[in-house]
Amino acid sequence: MSIAFYLIAALTVAGGLAAVLLKNTVHCALALTVAFAGLALFFLQLDAQFAGFAQILVYIGAVAILVVFAILLTRGSETPKDGVFSRNWLAGLVIAAGVFAVLGWAVLQSVSVLPHETAAPTVTVLQIGNALMRRYVLPLEIVALLLTAALIGAVIVAMHEKEGAR
Amino acid sequence: MIETLDQIFVLLQHWLMGLLPAGLQPAAGVVLGVVAIVCLFPALFALTTVFERKGLARIQNRIGPNRVGPLGILQPIADGIKSLTKEDIVPLSADAAVHFLAPLLMVVMVFMGFAVLPMGRNMVLVDMDAGLLFFFAMGASTELSVFMAGWSSRNKYSLLGAMRAVAQMISYEVPLLMSSVAVVMIAGSLSLTKIVDAQNHYTWGLPHWYIFTPWGLAGFLTFAVAATAETNRSPFDLPEGESELVAGYHTEYSGFKFALFFLGEYLAMFSISGLGTTLFLGGWSAPFSFLGWVPSWFWFFSKMMLSIFVFIWMRGTLPRLRQDQLMNFAWKFVLPLTLVNLMIAVLWRFLGEGWQRWVFCSAILLFAYAGMGLAGMRRGHFGPRRYRYAE
Amino acid sequence: MLGEGILKGLSETIKNFAGSFVSAERLTTVQYPEQRIAPIEATRDFPFLVYDGADWEAGMRCVACQICEKECPPKCIYIVKSTDKKPDAVGKPQFYPARFDIDISVCMSCQICVEVCPFEAIKMDTEFELSTTDRFGGLLLDRKQLAKSDEYYHRIHPTEADEVDACLAHGKAKTDAKTTAAAIASAVRGAETPARPVEGGV
Repeated sequence: MSIAFYLIAALTVAGGLAAVLLKNTVHCALALTVAFAGLALFFLQLDAQFAGFAQILVYIGAVAILVVFAILLTRGSETPKDGVFSRNWLAGLVIAAGVFAVLGWAVLQSVSVLPHETAAPTVTVLQIGNALMRRYVLPLEIVALLLTAALIGAVIVAMHEKEGAR
Repeated sequence: MIETLDQIFVLLQHWLMGLLPAGLQPAAGVVLGVVAIVCLFPALFALTTVFERKGLARIQNRIGPNRVGPLGILQPIADGIKSLTKEDIVPLSADAAVHFLAPLLMVVMVFMGFAVLPMGRNMVLVDMDAGLLFFFAMGASTELSVFMAGWSSRNKYSLLGAMRAVAQMISYEVPLLMSSVAVVMIAGSLSLTKIVDAQNHYTWGLPHWYIFTPWGLAGFLTFAVAATAETNRSPFDLPEGESELVAGYHTEYSGFKFALFFLGEYLAMFSISGLGTTLFLGGWSAPFSFLGWVPSWFWFFSKMMLSIFVFIWMRGTLPRLRQDQLMNFAWKFVLPLTLVNLMIAVLWRFLGEGWQRWVFCSAILLFAYAGMGLAGMRRGHFGPRRYRYAE
Repeated sequence: MLGEGILKGLSETIKNFAGSFVSAERLTTVQYPEQRIAPIEATRDFPFLVYDGADWEAGMRCVACQICEKECPPKCIYIVKSTDKKPDAVGKPQFYPARFDIDISVCMSCQICVEVCPFEAIKMDTEFELSTTDRFGGLLLDRKQLAKSDEYYHRIHPTEADEVDACLAHGKAKTDAKTTAAAIASAVRGAETPARPVEGGV
């Protein structure tokens, strides 16, 4: 638990909090991007280079832009009239606490099961590639099919809209 | 002696590190490298602005700036003073925080991209295992800054320009990555130093650069097209050109912030030329084996400046592409070509050494290019424009 | 073939780039004001008044007939006729302009004043670097500023000046011939008819 860990943790938590507390929706999306960057820094601190850079490339480079585009195209950038806190905040708090408890229990269970290691294992990109292509090739292909279906669906929806507009 | 000249910057760095106590040495080494990059590339940027203006001028039958210094060399100083002393106008309803952060984010991310480029033998700032991925990750963050700039100006033309710029950058990101994947496949590593080492061999005095192979040539051409579009350079400079015509994502920026955007764009040009040089043109390796005595950093920078010259040449020659023409080109021509290129690279590897692989790969590529070109021309996507009502 | 046009364009521009360093055909820029292109002969900018000889007041061809003032479309010429007469090139006493002002901020260089002048007194100049910081008085050229010698006219418009000289010489020769003929005729008449005493009359 070095000082770097605490700083990155503070950055991520601040980004997450800002993402839910800010009034302007685009500001919230940008704060979410800061949280993504914090996660990437965690990966890099743990020496998982591929995961860290893939996180930046995919989340910040694509997902954040997608979120911002979605906000813009659906006119969600106007500030909500009722403020950022909803009326059922107690139910929300209970659900969030429940999810946190489940996740925390799962992490602590796995930590106590693993032996104490002093050095993190170095996973090279070659090993990741091998694993993806040999052991995990079926999930990879299923995810690829899913993404292709999403892409075709998006194109069809856009085409229908274009023809609808004519 | 040759070795000393080649490694002169590394030796300088080690000597300066030696002057400090042992505890500070690693940090000092990194800081020295960072300082070198931060000083060198903006100086190159200043020089490039003059060369671009003079180069474009010579192409257009005129002389460029020639009043400020001898042959106009000191023109960037005048430009710098001008941009520093201009009034910094921020629109009243603009989002001040995001408006301020957008140029900063762009410049920071572009500078980070320089960290993995091998500029000479043993001259990489950070030798990462996944260096290429890091570079593309930094490039992806640049798109976010463009969007932030356009949105924070609260100007509908700005926003339109920013959306178009982001759409263009995202569309051309895919061919850019696909062209590099072919190189990664053949070199067997994502690390840029290993890719350069794989190209640093000579047969009969000629180098093993990837551009001299069929898949390398096609990959280099698609990489060049995608790189021109990524950095918003002519002929893909609709986001910039719009600012000449109507507006663009940096229309509400004046003075130093505009200079930062300008700096960011040119530095992105440098870094992507550097990447292209590393991937396809052999990085810091000399063109012929008998020229190995010339320092490696000289070759890297000359190849990079040659790419910049080609960028300027294309800017002076080609008219601007319209947004829909640009996107059609990306998705319907460049992307299929990169996919074909990937398969050619696989074929190249598995056919083994010999003349067969040259013939097959070149033939398939030529057919694919000519076929897609003809199909596109017949359907009216490429080639001279066909008018629906005028004839 | 796709891409052919781009290659042709690129080759054209690189030829321009390389050629601009060696041939003046490619680099057609003239760095004004250090280098100037010589104006062609038919250049015209604003009018000037021609004078013959050395003295601009005595040799001025203009006789203040005011035809150019009346014909000028934007009415930029302002003439005040003198009250006395002075002899002109052929010796005949003529009026002269006491004031001859042209407002060159109004003048449109149409050359109508030159076309209608019967005395070849006003011609078009080629001077265009007339900027001044005083935009009212500085652009109102008076008689002294407008007067330029015939040698200057020959320098800027040689062919035209030669034609004008030939015309004037022809006119002068005709007038001389007429005066000589008249003198001979009067001399002959005087010789033929003896002087008769004038008849005294109431």
